[in-house]
Amino acid sequence: MSHAPFIVGAYLVAFVALAGLVIVSLADRRRVRRDIAERGLERKR
Amino acid sequence: MAQLHFLANPARFRRFSQRALPVLSFATALALAVGLYLALVVSPPDYQQGEMVRIMFVHVPAAWIAMAGYMLLAALGASLLVWRHPLAALMARGAAPVGAVFCAVCLLTGSLWGRPMWGTYWVWDARLTSMLLLFFLYLGHIALSRAYDDPGRGDRAAAILALVGAINVPIIKFSVDWWNTLHQPASMMRLGGPAIHPAILTPLLVMAVALLLLYVVLVLLRTDTEIDRRRLELAEDVRGVAA
Repeated sequence: MSHAPFIVGAYLVAFVALAGLVIVSLADRRRVRRDIAERGLERKR
Repeated sequence: MAQLHFLANPARFRRFSQRALPVLSFATALALAVGLYLALVVSPPDYQQGEMVRIMFVHVPAAWIAMAGYMLLAALGASLLVWRHPLAALMARGAAPVGAVFCAVCLLTGSLWGRPMWGTYWVWDARLTSMLLLFFLYLGHIALSRAYDDPGRGDRAAAILALVGAINVPIIKFSVDWWNTLHQPASMMRLGGPAIHPAILTPLLVMAVALLLLYVVLVLLRTDTEIDRRRLELAEDVRGVAA
């Protein structure tokens, strides 16, 4: 049995899951910040 | 401990996270590049597993982080229920999905390792079953924290689940000692030190550091978002009362 598909598959699964989480987290942050800006709730520095 | 109390204030936490995130993101990218090079290019095949050992460089750190992440949820749950730290609930909301994804990565990569090594993708042995239970506990935490109109009630219910579910973490760790399992016994965190050759141990530890940094970056990022989301909800509530 060739092991390559299992190794590639495992790294692909990890990459898709973790990169997907990074993308979803960044998109969520951008959406919430846009909502904050639209309502004029930005913090004064 | 004093630093933890200092950061328990959401405004101070935000100032800290906004300074730390660029540095930690760069460190994560660097550690991942080095770790993947060591894991996929430099590391030799294992004398028993052959090339399949390369899956361990993702599977094992993901398992460690999933378990440590759940202990963080339990600590945050205690912090919320006992000391009512305002940041604890928001950080738990940010950390739970990250832990769930690491747990899923552990289960899926383990399954892909198991097929050629054990001849099956899945077996209901104590280690695998308790790890699957951890994944469901993560999902339960996410669902409970979002199940109520009042976010405070959801946070408290999820905190109780995190504390009760923490009993599963030592069960996962010691399952290979307490029961006769197909999963191999501990080869890293055991009395007498690691039973792993340095050529395999080095990429494993570098990948563990890289994935831990990624976990920290994601938790900081998502906690920051949760703080903003709570501000939005409070503003909506105030607007609703005024109207």
